Amino acid sequence: MIPSAFTFYKPDNIEKAVSLMSDFGDEARVIAGGHSLIPVMKQRLTDIKHLIDLSGINEIKGIEITGNQISIGAMTTQVELINNEELFKKAPVIREASLQIADPQVRNLGTIGGNVANGDPANDMPGLMQLLDATYKLSGINGVREVKARDFYEGAYFTAREDDEILISISFEAPSGGYAYEKQKRKIGDYATAAAGVIIKVENNKCSSASIALTNLSDTPVYCDKAVDILVGKEIDNNLLDQVTKACVDLSDPVADQRGPVEFKKYVAGIVIKKALNRAIERS
Amino acid sequence: MEKINVSMKVNGKEESLKVEPRTLLVHALREHLEYTGAHIGCSSSHCGACTIDMNGKSVKSCTVFAPQAEGAEILTVEGIGSPDKLHALQEMFKEHHGLQCGYCTPGMIMRSYRFLQENPNPTEEEVRFGISGNLCRCTGYQNIVKSIMAAASKIRDEANVEKKEIA
Repeated sequence: MIPSAFTFYKPDNIEKAVSLMSDFGDEARVIAGGHSLIPVMKQRLTDIKHLIDLSGINEIKGIEITGNQISIGAMTTQVELINNEELFKKAPVIREASLQIADPQVRNLGTIGGNVANGDPANDMPGLMQLLDATYKLSGINGVREVKARDFYEGAYFTAREDDEILISISFEAPSGGYAYEKQKRKIGDYATAAAGVIIKVENNKCSSASIALTNLSDTPVYCDKAVDILVGKEIDNNLLDQVTKACVDLSDPVADQRGPVEFKKYVAGIVIKKALNRAIERS
Repeated sequence: MEKINVSMKVNGKEESLKVEPRTLLVHALREHLEYTGAHIGCSSSHCGACTIDMNGKSVKSCTVFAPQAEGAEILTVEGIGSPDKLHALQEMFKEHHGLQCGYCTPGMIMRSYRFLQENPNPTEEEVRFGISGNLCRCTGYQNIVKSIMAAASKIRDEANVEKKEIA
């Protein structure tokens, strides 16, 4: 499978990349690891005339940790996220989720920036970033602006990013408490049939704070605000967890596809959410 | 579309070629440079038959454009052994019958080659997770895992002998 022809650019700084994006508008796309983009180019599902490779821009690579503040450059690969011990200490949920993405070869090239900016509801990082309440930094022709991960996704492949903008980094505060990212998939390398991330703080068997987000259960990631409201401040028992799980499933809106009909996906969603809740509580 | 120059080091040899930017690395290697070790299986990043080593990392060469490999160090299955002196992995795949049709084998060997450097003393489960990006439709993986475990042990033994000789 061969994509249609394009011209190739490899700028060495973000200003040049933004200027190319601004010149070519929606005929241009940036390429990071390419493992979402190249497959759709091969299938000719997208028409890209100008491809801008970001791999020559050093300022958007790497992980910076200052105290509890974590900043990750958009071009950081999933393998780099997995192998960074400091990041594992501060936010272990990232390693747990990243290890469930695709396969070793894909994780070697796939980047966090590509995963979150593509807007594919099947990608794991958008839900994970909503779980962590992360902030995205976008660089465009009018300068740099910030958008919360919880406000970024508008629909499948539609995001708050403007045509001339490039996502350059992601930042969030190190979470505290127990964590879990639970993903049900048909095989390694597949996208989630349903996945759920949970972060929870429990004191004297009472939930003092929590965050829950879902992957591939709607046309955007789903941050489960209503379920969090039910959970926080309550004494934890199985009945409460069932209520919380149901509230999450009610917020989901999956579509039928090769991974199953809607009823099945909602059923699987209930299982992964409950499992994630239990594991996160065990670890808290 | 205008062709552009791409240079890379393949199996230790400097190579340069003129290709359209849309040329996939696997086609550049196989058709332009005649390294036919990397196979094209699914051409959709699933099967891993096209796995090579790029800058010390396993990658699927069907999901990289040739210009993205500008300046890269590439290693293909042709670069890790010769018919007279097989690499431990090649020898063990032969001894333990780690293949049937052989189509996935170059990808399996190249992924295992890098995996055993990442983890020289793996458990069977770690081997299976390590090669989870490579599909085989013949063997049921049983003998592939056996071959990789045997190669791991052979490579460790050889390293120990070398250490003793130096001492």
